[in-house]
Amino acid sequence: MPSATLLGQALISGVLAGGLYGLLAMGLSLSWGLLRLVNLSHFALAFLSAYIVYELGTNYHVEPWWSAAMVVPAMFAVGAAQHWVFDKFKVNELGSLLMTFSFAVIVEVVIQLYWTADFRRYETAYATRSIKAGPFYIPVLELTLCIVAGVLAWGTWLWLRQTYVGKGLRAAAEDPGIAAAYGVNHKKLAYLLSGIGAAYAGIAGTFIALIATLAPAQIWTYLGVVFAVVIIGRLGNPMGALLAGMLVGASESLAQAVLSPAWSPVVSFSILIVILLWDPEWL
Amino acid sequence: MNPARDLSRLAAVIGIGVLAVLPMARMPAFYDSFLYLVFFWISLSTSWALLSGFAGYFSLGHAAFFGVGMYTTAVLTTKFDVPFLATLPVAAAIPALLAVGIGAIVFRLRRLRGELFALLTLAVTFVIATIILNTPIDGGGGIFMSAVPLPAIMPTPTGSIYALGFVLCVATLAIAWKVAHSRLGMGLFAIHDDEDVAEAKGVPTFRYKLSAFALSAGIAGAVGGVHAMFVGFLTVDGTFDLTVPLYVVLMSVIGGARSWYGPAIGAAFITTLLYTFNSGGEAMIGRAIVGLILILAILWLPDGLVPAVKKWLDRRRPVVAQPPLAEVTPVVPIAKPVGDRVLLQIRGAAKRFGGLQALAGVDLDVREGEILGLVGPNGSGKTTLINVISGFYPLSGGTITVDGAEIGHVAAHDIARRGVARTYQIPRPFVNMTVLENVTLAATFGGPPSSAKEIRDVALHWLDFTGLSAKKDVLPAGLNLHERKFLELARALAARPKLLLLDEVLSGLNPAEVDNAIRLVRAIRAQGATIVFVEHLMRAVVELSDRIAVLNEGRLFALGAPRDVMRDPGVVSIYLGKAYAA
Repeated sequence: MPSATLLGQALISGVLAGGLYGLLAMGLSLSWGLLRLVNLSHFALAFLSAYIVYELGTNYHVEPWWSAAMVVPAMFAVGAAQHWVFDKFKVNELGSLLMTFSFAVIVEVVIQLYWTADFRRYETAYATRSIKAGPFYIPVLELTLCIVAGVLAWGTWLWLRQTYVGKGLRAAAEDPGIAAAYGVNHKKLAYLLSGIGAAYAGIAGTFIALIATLAPAQIWTYLGVVFAVVIIGRLGNPMGALLAGMLVGASESLAQAVLSPAWSPVVSFSILIVILLWDPEWL
Repeated sequence: MNPARDLSRLAAVIGIGVLAVLPMARMPAFYDSFLYLVFFWISLSTSWALLSGFAGYFSLGHAAFFGVGMYTTAVLTTKFDVPFLATLPVAAAIPALLAVGIGAIVFRLRRLRGELFALLTLAVTFVIATIILNTPIDGGGGIFMSAVPLPAIMPTPTGSIYALGFVLCVATLAIAWKVAHSRLGMGLFAIHDDEDVAEAKGVPTFRYKLSAFALSAGIAGAVGGVHAMFVGFLTVDGTFDLTVPLYVVLMSVIGGARSWYGPAIGAAFITTLLYTFNSGGEAMIGRAIVGLILILAILWLPDGLVPAVKKWLDRRRPVVAQPPLAEVTPVVPIAKPVGDRVLLQIRGAAKRFGGLQALAGVDLDVREGEILGLVGPNGSGKTTLINVISGFYPLSGGTITVDGAEIGHVAAHDIARRGVARTYQIPRPFVNMTVLENVTLAATFGGPPSSAKEIRDVALHWLDFTGLSAKKDVLPAGLNLHERKFLELARALAARPKLLLLDEVLSGLNPAEVDNAIRLVRAIRAQGATIVFVEHLMRAVVELSDRIAVLNEGRLFALGAPRDVMRDPGVVSIYLGKAYAA
């Protein structure tokens, strides 16, 4: 059994790593829960953003925060454009899954053609900074990610709960016809939501560029675990997605510390299976 | 005799014969391998469609079953020296058992439909992959198959693998054809359209889904067993790759997942496409082009190639004008005496939904040959009573017996087979089946066992009885409300029930249609059926019922002859308010 300090450190790293799961899960959860569209290209957009941030930073020496300021609005536009296609052709849930899978494959190919299949690493001074709190080390970058994810999740949650636009979206998710009869302009709101989801992918991508080593095939590595997070956190609930992300991240990290790193994939899916079978009210 | 059909059969036999002996020609290995891959994807996508295409339960876990099959063969041949061919039945059996295990848990959960099933199967794939990776089954190093002797079925090794792949492919297509044309297939198609209604019409949905799942997984496992020999070296990452389920789904959807040969067409098309580009040295661009084609196909052919071609052929046929719904000919009621025998006995029936007591102990006897009108204000428990009698909800308390047999906790399909049929207030036809197929399904699963011809005759008889004969080949979307209500009745009658439960068959109809419907219920009655019907239209209730039962707040409030009950001040007060009761 590892020491308490090691377990504590594993827990902290896990929760912080889970912030990225949560951030990636948020956009997916919003479009799936509120628009009934499963957008697999979310992961591809995140990695495309990461590569652009890497390119701008490495070759043009643009600060990552300035790169993000360019990438995030661009992703918003991509998300809205995708929704235009879904809307125009009345694509259903399954159709959206298959289409965005194909789209993700195309993005992967584009990335591979431009940046090759080699691993890329964006070297910055941020990557190594950390705060020492008692016996534990807290990496600054991951902490920033979690704070950003927390602010976004809370803000989105408030927006959906409190504002007219948010309420309209939730009403339209329940029954678009009835919501429209009460004057909810579902179509316009759907474009907005789709864009926001993709913009979150852009933000996640910026952090991926700073934290991780990039390779085109890694688009698919987050797919399984983020899907689990989306379901555990309840569809359409950004706060749930973030908390579920941290829960899964922490359990994976603890499993790595106690068992062995190889067993960690079992953790998130075992949590998912148990929760699906338990079938609690909030799911 | 149908010369066109005979010709296509002949062509199919010759095609199968030529493909079977093709490896004897000692083609370059490239062609053997390419054709093997076509067979491989046809088998995988067709096996996937057995559950996911037919019954609509999309599995993203096909790689799990396929991968377990691969590893079963690999482990048995390399570690236990079992001859390769002898491992294939085991490679099919273990995934099939795994599917039964998973299915036995997930198919019991009513809410676990659609996308949740898809994700759960995906999750299972990751769990199995991790277990195989971290145990001595693989151990992280992969398994080499090169030392395993391959039976020399054909002159060349690639030819032998080709032959095995071909046999599995033909067998899979034969199974898919057989299932699509059997009771199982009919039941699965009904589950796809509306599972609750399928169950109420007598389809054993749980058992059918489980069978289809096991069959689908078993075929995938056997295909995996052969594929282990083809690849020669197994790794967990390569075996449990996400592209397997996604390609399988794409191929089936492109071809048409509800048709038994649709997935095969999609698989042949996409495999050829991928191979054309991959062998051209521009593999990456090839993948992108395939992706683009798929996007375009989903946008313009959302149901797949096969249905699109069928639709196009239908459109070229001359349109026959559809005559409107025929009026029901008035039947002179044979005054059939109501028997003394109690057919339906309800004692203390209670149903709770969380804190809501929908039925609070109802006692009611319905005698054989009787028409009982069930009335009461909204929320009084009328439809809930119909739902517990037909088995849609299990009882929370009390007993219900039909013909002396307790049915309060029996599965809905079993109740349907014991002679209880129902209609839905808002018609719920199987939307992808024609009117005739809808009625045939009810006759097949609800009625006594009969030959296909007898069942067809029964179905046609009840379509004629309800005046829907002219629309028998129309999909339900082509019917108006009046006709859909009558389709509900035809489906219920085709099961030749002892007890017929009618839930507001008259609501939403115009006065002329109501007259027509009342004539129809009279005609049903004249045949001697026992009917319990829920209705708000008092004219119909008084005209049709032998007795009326009034429900209020989940309890039986009044029971008796129509005239007496409707004059009861208590009944008037719950309907119209106390002011009118005096």
